[in-house]
Amino acid sequence: MLKDITLGQFFPGNSAVHRMDPRVKLMLMVVYIALVFLVKGFLGYAILAAFIAGTAFLSRIKPKFLLRSVKPVLFIVVMTFVLNIFFYRGEELLFQWWIIRVYKEGIRFAVFMALRLVFLLVGTSLLTLTTSPMALTDALERLLKPLNAIRFPVHEMAMMMTIALRFIPTLLEETDKIIKAQTARGADFDTGNLLQRAKAMVPLLVPLFVSAFRRADELAMAMEARCYHGGTNRTRMKQLHVTGIDYAGIAVVAVTTGLVLLERLL
Amino acid sequence: MEIIRVSDVYYEYENPDEPADMAVKGVSLTVQKGEWLSIIGHNGSGKSTLVKLLNGLFLPKSGAVLVDNIDTRDEQRIWDVRQKVGMIFQNPDNQMVATIVEEDVAFGLENLGVPPQEIQRRVYQALKAVGMTQYAASAPHMLSGGQKQRVAIAGVLAMKPDVILMDEPTAMLDPSGRREVMDTVQRLHEEEGMTVVLITHFMEEALRGDRVIVMEKGQTVMEGEPAQVFSQVERLKDIGLDVPPMTELAHRLRAHGIDVHGAPMNVEEMVEELCRLKQEN
Ligand SMILES: Nc1ncnc2c1ncn2[C@@H]1O[C@H](COP(=O)(O)OP(=O)(O)O)[C@@H](O)[C@H]1O
Ligand SMILES: [Mg+2]
Repeated sequence: MLKDITLGQFFPGNSAVHRMDPRVKLMLMVVYIALVFLVKGFLGYAILAAFIAGTAFLSRIKPKFLLRSVKPVLFIVVMTFVLNIFFYRGEELLFQWWIIRVYKEGIRFAVFMALRLVFLLVGTSLLTLTTSPMALTDALERLLKPLNAIRFPVHEMAMMMTIALRFIPTLLEETDKIIKAQTARGADFDTGNLLQRAKAMVPLLVPLFVSAFRRADELAMAMEARCYHGGTNRTRMKQLHVTGIDYAGIAVVAVTTGLVLLERLL
Repeated sequence: MEIIRVSDVYYEYENPDEPADMAVKGVSLTVQKGEWLSIIGHNGSGKSTLVKLLNGLFLPKSGAVLVDNIDTRDEQRIWDVRQKVGMIFQNPDNQMVATIVEEDVAFGLENLGVPPQEIQRRVYQALKAVGMTQYAASAPHMLSGGQKQRVAIAGVLAMKPDVILMDEPTAMLDPSGRREVMDTVQRLHEEEGMTVVLITHFMEEALRGDRVIVMEKGQTVMEGEPAQVFSQVERLKDIGLDVPPMTELAHRLRAHGIDVHGAPMNVEEMVEELCRLKQEN
């Protein structure tokens, strides 16, 4: 059951969006996030919507999957919406009851905030749907390399992320096994109050942690045996190249940015 | 030609499981280029400790380990030592670093600072040598145990080592995975002349080698060709080791006055020997 949980939500493919250099995608994502905060009116959101729809179409990711990313945080979106409606103080009072006052500006603001969240979620999930976690880690490591100058351990962070990505499926599989083994011996993980359930987790977590530490120990040994000694003088097999597709992508984002700025000024 | 020389090596863990007992006590041995050396022995007899001394993962407390005439204590050349002596561990999961097979195979070469094009070429060659090219883009957790061990072997091969050390590489595999891995190793040994040092507790795996070393309590207690070592049935049993069934049968037949020659190690050899005896009588 736990095995079905896939890490991230990467959808392998060969579309133009998939083939873009992850570094470029990551940087364009930063620009996109800025745009989401710059947008002033509905026209601006229409521009962003057109951009997202176009990219999604090119990437051949089904809209269903894009919207799925909103689901887990739907509650937060709705809460932001409701709170903003009730607590925003504007000028044009539409409706008043007890201490609740709803202003026209409040509705507008609430809608904008909700849209902003949705656009952020859909945009970032478009990135994670078309880029493998490994490629993202790789891109981050290369983009953040200058931070080495201020002694930020860029390579080490990236290596930690890689190892986490590598071992999450293994540990999930192991958790599954332990749960089954303990259930077979009469352990009960699903009933009882919170405290009882937390207690039931102990025989699950203890062996899991013990094994994780043993794995870490053995992996460290195996990495050393294969000459790992940190990021110095290390080369990479996969080279990243900025190609025509990337320039096209940059151009599209540039146009979108121009339009959004225009909308803001008008 | 000699590739590894171990002379009178002692090793002690910092927090030994059994205090006042060294894990390796005065071991001396050599590994010749192109040979297959098997190491057998009881759990806790010091086999794993010994092989970790061979590639500088552990450094001897006294005595010395020379790999291609480089002392493993020479800090400047430790990466040369580890490039020359690759190592495969028991647990296939705990020795893979990357989330994609080909990147895992590339890991060692990346650490050595090999140029990207050269890495790609050698990764492909190594995957081909273990028959795993079609899995180059797979995630490690989708592979079987035997396939994972073959990927680990590819990762070592890509570094063009002189010796491959294997610490019970098949202990966690099912029979088909075990065969898959041993056949790969055998092919590398026979076709590419790869030097193999194999720790195993499967006697039929030790039989494939050119030479067997038996360890007990941190010392080497027997050494010789497989047939010679396995013919000393009583001694092996004293140490607490299994003897291959046909070797044991030969031993028992001899005890009953039937003069079986040599140490037949599988059913075919036994049948041959018995037929020969029958014709003689
Ligand atoms: N990490 C360790 N810390 C302390 N003692 C150890 C450690 N690993 C092994 N030992 C001890 O060293 C001895 C040899 O162990 P090992 O080399 O693993 O044997 P083998 O591989 O033949 O089973 C054993 O007595 C074992 O208990
Ligand atoms: Mg061992």
